[in-house]
Amino acid sequence: MAKRIEVSDLNIYYGNFLAVEGVNVAIEPRSITALIGPSGCGKSTFLRSLNRMHEVLPGARVEGKVVMDGQDLYAADTDPVDVRRSIGMVFQRPNPFPTMSIYDNVIAGNRLNSKRMKKAEADEVVEKSLRGANLWAEVKDRLDRPGSGLSGGQQQRLCIARAIAVEPDVLLMDEPCSALDPISTLAIEDLMAELKERFTIVIVTHNMQQAARVSEQTGFFNLNGVGQPGRLIEFNPTEKIFSNPDEKATEDYISGRFG
Amino acid sequence: MTATKAPTEPPGQRTVRRPGDRLFAASAKGSGIFILLVLAGVAAFLISRALPALVAPAEDIPGGAGLAGYIAPLVVGTLLAAVLALLVATPLAVAIALYVAYYAPRRVAAALGYVIDLLAAIPSVVYGFWGLTVLAPALLPFHEWAAEYLGWIPLFAGPASNTGRTMFTVGLVLAVMILPIISAISREVFIQAPALHREAALALGATRWEMIKMAVIPYGKSGVIAGAMLGLGRALGETMAVAIVLSGGAAATLNLISNSSPSTIASNIALRFPEATGLDVNTLIASGLVLFLITLAVNMLARWIVNRRADFSGAN
Repeated sequence: MAKRIEVSDLNIYYGNFLAVEGVNVAIEPRSITALIGPSGCGKSTFLRSLNRMHEVLPGARVEGKVVMDGQDLYAADTDPVDVRRSIGMVFQRPNPFPTMSIYDNVIAGNRLNSKRMKKAEADEVVEKSLRGANLWAEVKDRLDRPGSGLSGGQQQRLCIARAIAVEPDVLLMDEPCSALDPISTLAIEDLMAELKERFTIVIVTHNMQQAARVSEQTGFFNLNGVGQPGRLIEFNPTEKIFSNPDEKATEDYISGRFG
Repeated sequence: MTATKAPTEPPGQRTVRRPGDRLFAASAKGSGIFILLVLAGVAAFLISRALPALVAPAEDIPGGAGLAGYIAPLVVGTLLAAVLALLVATPLAVAIALYVAYYAPRRVAAALGYVIDLLAAIPSVVYGFWGLTVLAPALLPFHEWAAEYLGWIPLFAGPASNTGRTMFTVGLVLAVMILPIISAISREVFIQAPALHREAALALGATRWEMIKMAVIPYGKSGVIAGAMLGLGRALGETMAVAIVLSGGAAATLNLISNSSPSTIASNIALRFPEATGLDVNTLIASGLVLFLITLAVNMLARWIVNRRADFSGAN
């Protein structure tokens, strides 16, 4: 069910402030696309515009087109709620619902999509999603306990289970490992490699080794100075970005000369 | 780990305590003990002054039916008025709080917040006169309608009052009075629902209402209960507004719309105390002791409700 996303001439605003300018990019299905760049360059903002989470903030808006398999996500008759149901998101800080059990956390999105669900069916979705997120073995005996009792890495995998339980077309990950230790990070990276067989994955990361390890395509965002809009400087296969980038700025960034 | 421990160090050694820490700990402990002392003092006063009424023969108590016979209708009246007020005010207050926190445009929200807070600043005497002169006559048609069509429910058994100065009117006046307390506290906890979890719900494809159900209400539930209990405390103890509005009898009836509703403990004390002498005073204080115990029980119940699912409260 993985789908292709095409972005053309996308400008992203916070009120009157132009945060990201003129993004044109095509994100391929069944692959991992990494977005790298210095802090404040707009990569997270861009990611949040793909599932219309950007406009949740007051005054935030976009201009331009985001098309997923022919469907214009910003068309007047497109409901942002439907967009978010087909494009899942994992956040920087693990955010399972603290008032819900592990079980209820996993099934939360499904309960929204189809109100009535048989117990057996729900059990199946929970097990499949938790297995998919490599968490089943660790939590299968305490599904009725609160999700907030898990470790940070387990919580993040719980959030991934919650996101994939609704079988989205695309999975967006906003620095999913930045709050995790190296072992948990490795677990999530292995998981991403499995998930890309089924989903289109876009990941924002500050960790360039991570981008190099997991992704097929890499986009480099940068900005000229404070108050200037961020831009997509270069978008190329990951191998090329890290060995022989087209742009001088990309090379400076990945070789650690700034940022 | 044991190898790194100095052998001379006694187990459970006390950490260094700085003067600032000690001062703060002492003042916090002192404040806590002070509250307990005040509470114990009030309880001791009530019990000692109520004692003569507790041991007096039944025929000496006003009404001639003994202390329990005197206080029971008042307890019914107190609980009836307070529960009615709570049932009316809580859903309304939660709805107002959600509207102000998540639906209203920013300017409307601020204005509405002020107006609601202003309701709390109106003295209860003013509420009493409003209830007597405006609300009671305005509710007369409802009293008649309820007696005719809802008469099969004991609460609306009738006969309908011809003044409107009934338990039902009192309940509504009290509801308006406790509305600002509940809605202000609910609004605060709803606003504090973490953006992290609200965004998690939205990113799953929740509508705004679904987001509120998933991430805001569960998070704010204990706050709403706390607010409702504060409101209930005020409704239980409200004196002036009830004394002015209610023209009650002395029967322990659940009937909301007749003239025979019992008074509440607090308003009964206010009305009778100026002319009370001897054992009458002790009887009134005994009823005050009962009110004290009811309020205590309500608060403990609320705390128990809040703590029951502490693991899932979002505080961990």
